[in-house]
Amino acid sequence: MTHLLETAAHPRALRRVAIEPLTRVEGHGKVTLLLDEQNRVHQARLHIVEFRGFEKFIQGRPYWEVPVLVQRLCGICPVSHHLAAGKAVDMLVGARTLTPTAEKVRRLMHQGQMLQSHALHFFHLASPDLLFGFDSEPARRNIVGVIAEHPELALQGVKLRKYGQEVIKAIAGKRIHGTACIPGGMNKALSEAERDVLRRDIGQMVAWSQGAVALCRRVLDASPHAPIFGVFPSNFMSLIRADGALDFYDGGLRAKDAQGNLIFDHVDYTHYNRHIHEEVKSWSYMKFPFIISLGDADGWYRVGPLARMNTADFLDTPLAEEARRAFRAAANDGMQHATLAYHWARLIEMLHAAEGIERLLDDPDITGTDLVAKGERALEGVGVIEAPRGTLFHHYKVDENDVVVRANLIVSTTNNNQAMNEAVRTVAASYLDGQKLTEGLLNHIEVAVRAFDPCLSCATHALGRMPLQVELVDAAGQVIDRMVKGADGVFAEGRDAP
Amino acid sequence: MSPDIRKTFHLDGVEIPFREGQTVFDAAMAAGIYIPHLCHNPDFEPHSSCRLCTVIVNGRPFASCTQPAVAGQDVKSDTPELNDMRRSLTEMLLVEGNHYCPACEKSGNCRLQATAYALGVQYNHYPQFFPHRDVDASHPEIILDRDRCILCGLCVRISRRVDRKNVFAMTGRGITTTIVIDSPSGLLVDSRVSRDDEAVQHCPVGALMMKGEAFKVPIGERRYDTSPISEDSVAKFQAREVRLHG
Repeated sequence: MTHLLETAAHPRALRRVAIEPLTRVEGHGKVTLLLDEQNRVHQARLHIVEFRGFEKFIQGRPYWEVPVLVQRLCGICPVSHHLAAGKAVDMLVGARTLTPTAEKVRRLMHQGQMLQSHALHFFHLASPDLLFGFDSEPARRNIVGVIAEHPELALQGVKLRKYGQEVIKAIAGKRIHGTACIPGGMNKALSEAERDVLRRDIGQMVAWSQGAVALCRRVLDASPHAPIFGVFPSNFMSLIRADGALDFYDGGLRAKDAQGNLIFDHVDYTHYNRHIHEEVKSWSYMKFPFIISLGDADGWYRVGPLARMNTADFLDTPLAEEARRAFRAAANDGMQHATLAYHWARLIEMLHAAEGIERLLDDPDITGTDLVAKGERALEGVGVIEAPRGTLFHHYKVDENDVVVRANLIVSTTNNNQAMNEAVRTVAASYLDGQKLTEGLLNHIEVAVRAFDPCLSCATHALGRMPLQVELVDAAGQVIDRMVKGADGVFAEGRDAP
Repeated sequence: MSPDIRKTFHLDGVEIPFREGQTVFDAAMAAGIYIPHLCHNPDFEPHSSCRLCTVIVNGRPFASCTQPAVAGQDVKSDTPELNDMRRSLTEMLLVEGNHYCPACEKSGNCRLQATAYALGVQYNHYPQFFPHRDVDASHPEIILDRDRCILCGLCVRISRRVDRKNVFAMTGRGITTTIVIDSPSGLLVDSRVSRDDEAVQHCPVGALMMKGEAFKVPIGERRYDTSPISEDSVAKFQAREVRLHG
C-alpha cells in the first residue's frame, strides 16, 4: 500500500518546498515536497528532525529509575511513558497482577491523561482549522482566534485540560512529570479529600465532552473536505480487552486490515516483536514499524483514536458507546479511513475517559491502602498501553544487578509514521498537485499531519507562535521564492524576507 | 570566669549564646540561624571539606563547622559575598557530577538539591563535566552511583569510626578523586558492608542508596517538600540539642 510519491525518480531536476517547522504539533518536524516546473508533486515526505536517544542513555541505570526517567520523553503525555515503563518494571519484579487499588489508580491517572491530552489537541491545536477553514486568514487561524470568536468553547477546552491535569496531580504529585508507579504498584492512592474534590466537577466534564463530540460531528458533516481529505486505506492496530472492549491500559493486541478482517487478535503483547518489526529509512530519524506477516511494503498500520474506534467491538461507558455506534454507522459499520475522522474519534475517547473517571471516583478501591504486589524476579519486561496517540511499547532487559542492559521503545507516533507520510502524499496529490502554492494550500498538509496529533519530540511546542519558513528552490539550488511567518504571526514574502 | 556567666558572640549582628566547646555552626543552629552546609552532619565529627559553611570571623574566613565559638567574636554569615561563594561552590558540585534531579530517586530528599534551592541556584554558570564513573550495583541491597557523589567523605568517616569497617575510601587526586571499596574485587558485594551500616544511611545525595526504596514516598511528602532545608536543618538540630542537653 506504499504510495508512489515516497521517492521521486529524478529528484535533482525537481524543486524542493519545505514546510519547516510544522506548526500546532507536539515537537519538531518538517514536510518536504519535490515539484516539477508544472508544480506536479513527485515526492512528499514527513521528516522527523530530532534525535532523542533515550533507548541508549537509560542503559546502565537501575530499572526502578526507568518509569520516572523515560517519562521525560514527553511533556504532553508523560503519564503514558510512565505507565508503560511501570508495567514493564512490574514484570521485572514478578508482579503480573497488581492490587485492585494500584491498578485502578493507574487507570484513573491514565484517563486523566487521555482527557487532558485530547482536550489540548482538539481545542488548542486542531479547532482553528476546523472552525475557520484550512485556508482561512492565518492570523485568525489559531487558539487566540478561537478565544476571540468562540470564548465559551475555548474556556471549556482549557477547563477540560485542567481537570485532566488535576487528576494526574492528585495521584502523581505534579501535573507533569510526577512520580506514581513504583515496581509492582503505586506509591499512593487517592485520599478521600482528593477524591471528593475531583468528584465535584466530573459531571460538568462529561457534559462538555459530550458537547465537543456533537460539535466535531457537526463541523465534519458541514465540511466539504471531510469525505475526501486524506482518505486512504490502511491496517489498524490497538490493544483490546478480552471481551473486545476498548481498553486504554491493558489487553491483547488486535490488528485489522482495511476491510476490517482480523490480521491478529488478542496477541500477548509481551510477544509484540513476533508480529511487528521496525524498518529504518535513511531520510528520517523515526523508524517505520510494520506487521511482519504482511511485509514492510503492505504491513504498515495506523494507531490512535481512529484505529481504536475501528478495532474495538464496543466501549464500556454508555455515552461514549452511543457516540461510537454513530461513528461506525457513518462508515456503514465498515472501517472508517478518513484522516479527519481522527478528530471525531479522539473526542469520543475524551468522553469515554471522562465517563471512566466518573466511574473510578465512585469505586471504593480508589482510596485503598494495598498498593504494591510482588512476585518472582525476572530479567525482561514489556509494557504496552494505549497512549492518547496510539499503542506504546516499552521493552527492557536488565542484568542480575538490576541494571538496564537493553531497551526498545516504539512510541505511538512511530507506529503512525508511514500513515502520516501516506496522509501527506494523499493530500499533496489531491490538493497541491499542479497548483500555485499558497500558505493556505500548504496548511492542508499540516492539517493532515495534525489530525494524527503527532508527538514528534514529545516535549516542546510553542502554541500559535512557532515561526514558519517555506522556500521555493529551483533545480540548481537557488531560492526563487520565500515566505516567512515570524514569531508575531506576521507574514513576509520574497527572496529577501527575514 | 564563672561557668554561669553566659558567653555570646555576634552573628550578623545578632547575639548568639554558646556552651564551652561548641562550634560557631552548632551555636548558630541551636539559636535558630541556618548556615548552609553539605559535608557536615551534626551527628558525626565535622570535616570542613565542602567549605559551604564558611563564615567570616573577625575579618578572616573559617569553616564554621570546625571553628570554635569564642566570646565576643564578630561573625558574618548571611552576606552577599559569602552567599555568592556558596552558590558558586554548589554550582561547581552540580557540574562535576551527573545530578539529573528529574529522574533521581533522591530528589526531594537530597541535601545538594535542597541547598541549591536555598541558595537560589537557578542555573549553572559552569560547563557540565558529564563524567562517566562506574555504578556499583553488585550488592543485592545497596547501590553506589559514583556520578552523584560529591566527595563529602561522610560514608568514609562513618564506616571507619562508627561501623569500624573501613568499607569506603577515597582515591585519586583533584577532579579524578573517587570513592573506592575495600574488597578483593573492588565491588560492594564482596565487601563487609551491610544494609544496617550507619555509613549507608547518611549519604546527603543519591550516591549511596538502599535498593527497593526508590520513589516510595510520594511528591508532597518528601523531606524538603514540606519545609525548606533551612528550616528543616534548624528544627532537627534544635530537637537534637534538646535530646542531648535538655
